[in-house]
Amino acid sequence: MSTHLTPKVKEIRQDAPNLKTYVMEHNLRAKPGQFVMVWLPEVDEVPMSIGWQADGEFHMGIANAGDCTQKIHETVKEGDRLGIRGPFGKGFSLKEGCKKIVVLGGGCGTPPLLSLSQEARKKGIEVLAILGARSEDYLIYEKEFKSLGCEVKIATDDGSKGHKGFCTDLLEAELEKGGVDCVYTCGPEKMMVKVAQMAEDYGVDSEVSLERFMKCGFGICGQCCVDDSGLRVCKDGPVFDGKAALRFTEFGKYSRTSSGKIKE
Amino acid sequence: MNLNVNFCGINFPNPTVLASGYLGVTGASLINCVNHGCGGVTGKTLFLEERSGHPNPTVLTFQGGIINAIGLCGEGVKNAGHEFEKYKEANPDNPLIGSVGGGNMEALVECAQIMDSYPVDLIELNFSCPNVHDEMGRPFACDPKMTFDATTAVRKVTKKPISVKLSPNVSNIGLIAKQAEAAGADAITAVNTMGPGMLIDIHMRRPVLANKVGGVGGYAITPIALRCVYDIYKAVQIPIIGTGGVITGENAIAMLMAGASLLGIGSAIAYYDMTAFEMITDKIRAFMKEEGFNDVSELVGLAHQ
Repeated sequence: MSTHLTPKVKEIRQDAPNLKTYVMEHNLRAKPGQFVMVWLPEVDEVPMSIGWQADGEFHMGIANAGDCTQKIHETVKEGDRLGIRGPFGKGFSLKEGCKKIVVLGGGCGTPPLLSLSQEARKKGIEVLAILGARSEDYLIYEKEFKSLGCEVKIATDDGSKGHKGFCTDLLEAELEKGGVDCVYTCGPEKMMVKVAQMAEDYGVDSEVSLERFMKCGFGICGQCCVDDSGLRVCKDGPVFDGKAALRFTEFGKYSRTSSGKIKE
Repeated sequence: MNLNVNFCGINFPNPTVLASGYLGVTGASLINCVNHGCGGVTGKTLFLEERSGHPNPTVLTFQGGIINAIGLCGEGVKNAGHEFEKYKEANPDNPLIGSVGGGNMEALVECAQIMDSYPVDLIELNFSCPNVHDEMGRPFACDPKMTFDATTAVRKVTKKPISVKLSPNVSNIGLIAKQAEAAGADAITAVNTMGPGMLIDIHMRRPVLANKVGGVGGYAITPIALRCVYDIYKAVQIPIIGTGGVITGENAIAMLMAGASLLGIGSAIAYYDMTAFEMITDKIRAFMKEEGFNDVSELVGLAHQ
């Protein structure tokens, strides 16, 4: 349960042609992988992942992906306020004794993995960040991952930077080498299905972060429940064990609209 | 010790029922609730047509409870049969309540008729939602004659038990319950959210809910709901599903004593998550043991001495 806040936007950075990072003036202290509901008055309120966190601030990497995020890009300026509810949900887990992890971010799914990498590096865990994007311009947070001491590997669809192809190609090579304790991913759902499947094939744990249409954000309205488990993405997730997610009949296949109707 | 409740001839393994509007969008979600201990479930209120509801923000918390203006979204009663079938296949022993609404009498009746064809054990008539005034006018449940007429009309199209869900936002709820009973209702569900209410953000200088106003629930409504059920119990012979602010085991026992036979559980999930159902049932069981009761029905209406 949490009432809403209206922190100020301290800084806005254009980090990719379709993504701006909003630095919010607030000590959120969210667990990596948790999310907030972002309210733009007169428009909408949407779930948003949490990126970099520091004393007195947290970052949101907001991609222009719908009516509300487009309006945020167009109208919100530094010094303005945004409505925030949260943090909500269950985040990523770093298991006891874990030595090396891979975080795999597909485009604008990357922000929560940056937050996770901050925590992992603080615990002395080795982190390989595999970042995928359609082209070099769309890559985000490479510098931030490197500043944390993470190894960074890059895949782009057009080959403008790093490996030309899927980031899952790079993941497979790494899993082949061995020594990975867990793989964490956030990005397009079909990509996450592939990551979870690959991790399972190699006998490595994985965690995936799902996105669904949400209303309450704290587990009572039932809008974001997944088939067939009935688990709530906002409360039981958004982060799920990869093996468990592979058993969700809708994972990578469909989701629901605001009316609850199935949308392929 | 018996916690089973026979309600309108339907057996509920314990008195907790998932209230309408909570976790009721999908069959899988209803199954998940039963797996966490609720005796029966109520699906989200469905209308004839698909409805997207109000834009977000739609659900907010405040110190005293929850305010919502979801706006009765749903995929439409015609499209939702598969969710009920999925639930019933998995949980034949935990009763399913289908909730229907309508902007006018004809739509409500048609909706109930379609619901009747689904594997639901009881049909709940929700004509008491406080946050769709703009498109639907004053809820039927705020007017004794409209309550009577709507219940009469639905009575003609289904043989399944009907429970009429009432609004607390009336001056004499007992009178309205009597009208539902006279029209052939088998039970009363009381109460829907109160209000409507409003939250205003002082920095944004405007109401937070996109719909501006919404129904108030949670602890804020506990004493109102208890009084409503108490009044209804005095007014009618038919059984009551007591809902509204049933959050702790103590609230639940008080609601039984006010006159409810079943307990609608909703906002408790916000406070105690999915453990709410078992926590409430465990508390009732412990209380019955301490106080020497053998059957949960002995608690019903005890406050009316």
